[in-house]
Amino acid sequence: MLFIDYSSAFNTIISTKLRTLGLNTSICNWILDFLMGSPQAPAYHLVLEGILILWIIRLLFSKTYKLQERSDLTEKEKEDLIEEWQPEPLVPPMSKDHPSLNYDIVTGPPSHKIIVNGKECINFASFNFLGFLDNERVKQKALTSLRRYGVGTCGPRGFYGTFDVHLELEDRLAKFMKTEEAIIYSYGFATIASAIPAYSKRGDIVFVDEAACFSIQKGLQASRSFIKYFKHNDMEDLERLLKEQEIEDQRNPRKARVTRRFIIVEGLYINTADVCPLPDLVKLKYKYKVRIFLEESMSFGVLGEHGRGVTEHFGVNIDDIDLISANMENAVASIGGFCCGRSFVIDHQRLSGQGYCFSASLPPMLAAAAIEALNIMEEDPVVILIWFRFFIFMYDLVNKYFQIDSYSAVKSVIGEVYAPALHLQLERSSGSRDTDVRMLRSIVDYCLERQIALTLARYLDKEERFLPPPSIRVVVTIEQTEEDIEKAASCIREAALAILK
Amino acid sequence: MTAYHQFRKTEDMARTTAPVPNGKLNIQLNGNNFKNANCKKNGYHNKAQKNSTAHSAGPPSSRQRFQRPESFENPPMYVAVMTYLGFGIVTLFGYFRDFLRAVGLEKCHIAREREEQKDFVPLYQDFENFYTRNLYMRVRDNWNRPICSLPGPVFDVMERVSPDYNWTFSLTGKTIDDVINMGSYNYLGFAENDGDFLKTVADRTQQYGLGVCSTRQEMGNLAIHEELEQLVASFLGVESSMIFGMGFATNSMNIPALVGKGCLILSDELNHTSLILGARLSGATIWVFKHNNMQSLERLLREAVCSGQPRTHRPWRKVLIMVEGIYSMEGSVVRLPDIVALKKKYKAYLYLDEAHSIGAVGPTGRGVTELFGLDPSDIDVMMGTFTKSFGAAGGYIAGKKELVDHLRSHSHSAVYASAMSPPVTEQILRAMKCIMGLDGTTVGQARVHQLAENTRYFRSRLQEMGFIIYGNDDSPVVPILLYMPGKVVAFSRAMLKRKIGVVVVGFPATPITEARARFCLSAAHTKAMLDQVSTTRKHTQGHKHTHTHRDIHLSLSISPSLN
Repeated sequence: MLFIDYSSAFNTIISTKLRTLGLNTSICNWILDFLMGSPQAPAYHLVLEGILILWIIRLLFSKTYKLQERSDLTEKEKEDLIEEWQPEPLVPPMSKDHPSLNYDIVTGPPSHKIIVNGKECINFASFNFLGFLDNERVKQKALTSLRRYGVGTCGPRGFYGTFDVHLELEDRLAKFMKTEEAIIYSYGFATIASAIPAYSKRGDIVFVDEAACFSIQKGLQASRSFIKYFKHNDMEDLERLLKEQEIEDQRNPRKARVTRRFIIVEGLYINTADVCPLPDLVKLKYKYKVRIFLEESMSFGVLGEHGRGVTEHFGVNIDDIDLISANMENAVASIGGFCCGRSFVIDHQRLSGQGYCFSASLPPMLAAAAIEALNIMEEDPVVILIWFRFFIFMYDLVNKYFQIDSYSAVKSVIGEVYAPALHLQLERSSGSRDTDVRMLRSIVDYCLERQIALTLARYLDKEERFLPPPSIRVVVTIEQTEEDIEKAASCIREAALAILK
Repeated sequence: MTAYHQFRKTEDMARTTAPVPNGKLNIQLNGNNFKNANCKKNGYHNKAQKNSTAHSAGPPSSRQRFQRPESFENPPMYVAVMTYLGFGIVTLFGYFRDFLRAVGLEKCHIAREREEQKDFVPLYQDFENFYTRNLYMRVRDNWNRPICSLPGPVFDVMERVSPDYNWTFSLTGKTIDDVINMGSYNYLGFAENDGDFLKTVADRTQQYGLGVCSTRQEMGNLAIHEELEQLVASFLGVESSMIFGMGFATNSMNIPALVGKGCLILSDELNHTSLILGARLSGATIWVFKHNNMQSLERLLREAVCSGQPRTHRPWRKVLIMVEGIYSMEGSVVRLPDIVALKKKYKAYLYLDEAHSIGAVGPTGRGVTELFGLDPSDIDVMMGTFTKSFGAAGGYIAGKKELVDHLRSHSHSAVYASAMSPPVTEQILRAMKCIMGLDGTTVGQARVHQLAENTRYFRSRLQEMGFIIYGNDDSPVVPILLYMPGKVVAFSRAMLKRKIGVVVVGFPATPITEARARFCLSAAHTKAMLDQVSTTRKHTQGHKHTHTHRDIHLSLSISPSLN
């Protein structure tokens, strides 16, 4: 609108003022023409041009795309959404006859003679390897402790939950294993599951055997480390992974300097009943500078001349293993677990082992029982030697029945001569895990009827990293006689004949 | 009237108003010493507030009780400054001593790597252990004190000496007898060794031995386990329950069986490590809400239901709220009626960890649901431990039959972990029967009442004396704020000298400025013991005035009505 005012302004002012300046008329006219000519261009033209210029400016400065309007929900809409949302049920519905729902009920003590579902059987299922569960000395020691300390400790180790018994047990375990220090946990499962994340953190690398037990898997998950699985007991596969890592390290040496590496193996695998090749592992350890953590829940009290486990079995220097962990719920027949090794390693758990720091300590009577069990093991290492005879016997029997005779196509045995817990698997799977489990369960029931207590090895199918095939676990203990074992083996054979055909 | 009483009065007035979520409350007090009373109040407020959950979620039923007051006072500003300063000085000295160790002027006690493994990647980063090496080592005589008697109302502490400033300890063989035990979670006094009480436990030991040597699903499902499970269910008034061998593992091994990927866990910021570990192992997404703060929780619930999962925007499969009954470091009680209302409104599930509250609160010891008069069926997952009130070990999960059946087949613990020790099971059976009166006596109920009385008495004594204590009036866990790290350890040592065993906690277990001592009350404590503790507490404070210069101001600020 300004330019319209312009024209009228020039109209009035210039015509009078120019003359007073004394300019000649032709020049005056030219100036007037010039000044008044351009404003005389059609006003709508100027308006359009102006709009166009503004439009271009706007286009230049505005973004090329249109932002979507943020669709903030109104309160009403939110209420509707809340009304509408239906969560899944807390737990999925389950059929009443789910195979893992109805447990076998044990009345009375789960020792050599066990009453399962009202039937007295010989126990081939509990890990009571050395028979300490009904050992009178162990019981008396526990009772003495009970009279003095009661049952619970009412506190974690840090807050007045450390009893003299705990210190004694730690001391005794360290001495028994010939290590500098031991630390006890109040639950076997929590032991290795707490120990792993105490050392291995985010960014560290762990090499694990595929057959590693569930508590190792949980420890690894809690550690958030980088996990590399190698094939079960396959040292070539492990070395391949280690070499790969070495190449990776050369590419990024700065990172390699702070990346801790661990090999985690079991002494005697609970899932496969075979022993890890420890001497080879130790060689790899020094070659590739990787630390070894060894889980010995099955082998502690079982392998080695004195029951010190797989290190003694192979004659490996125990100091070459960075950390040994085991539970006291199998051979020791109490509750809890321990880690042992050099103080440099073990002491760290006293502030970093979650299951150690944040859980109530082990009831003193259970610790006392473990001490007495250690006493017996130390006094009488022959126990373990005699026992070898049993599982060699068992192994021979099972072999004779299931591998050498004509039914070898039906069943196979997993395990080594010195494994006290054997797995009986189907030689040929039916194709469906459920059917396999049902068949094996029928064998177990058949044997239960005939006073042999066996159990299926139980797994959480969906949780296991590498789910082992279904199997029946047969546990040999020192309390079983040769007749018991013979009876069990023939009973299993009969069952297999009757059920698998 | 002391400043404190005025403060209480204000609080009483506030109590008459409707409950509203957490808020900051500033009360101007005329008292001489209480000038800086900036109180974070947990629950009660003298100003009406918008969007109160209590309103939006409907009024609680008449049967329900309101939450008792809880107080969380902030320290005066200079206390916080001094605390940081204290940590600063200690840290500087730590660096200085590390330097001395590095140049070999100070003897190094730290355990070392083997020579053969010197060229391995170090097992610990140096800075990770700075705190342990330079701070914790100086004061670690205050923790892990070994005892050699029953953890009852009094215990015998084994005397330790350290020739090298706590790097190593040796036992002198002497004991400090009859130390009053304010540290153990022996709420109902079931940590006892009376022959008559323990007869059944002894019989069970004789009969069964100690362990089980198998898992529940394999060959470790004893009839007494099932008996205990039925008893727990009837004690709690729910359909079914399952027991586990370790309290910590009850959380960490069962949460993964309930939630997984695509599920959301809303977790209180002060939840116990076992809950956090369980949540982490489950693979679910975890959001944390402010401690006991209903607004924070509701905001997250709305966000969760309205926006769904981040990135994919799919609706959450389910939302699980995880809270504890009594928080053991704060002494606070969960605001359960509000949470139940919220959970119903937003269709979330509720996981209640009653580790410290079962047996310890509620008119007949049935935990926080009873304390608030709530129906146990409103809680989806009731978890608790047997370590504390029952003087045993282990934990339980109780609730609807479907829930427990699911756990029986899917719990990690049922499949992979050893079953509960028979004598421990018997101890729980015995204690629970006693509380329920099934043993034909009223001993159990008397203990529950005694604990409530002790709690009231001890809390009111300390409040009269003007200490800043945290937590709910009903809570048998009584934290006293000490703030300064140096003060905390001096307090613990001085109390032990006077034959009182207390638990002290500081950073990193608490916020850096909120180091505290914690008293756990027990039904077994006598009034004389509690009197002795509270007066000694007073003298310890007074004693320190004359000795450490730095503490004079602090003591004034912490115990305003003392001087």
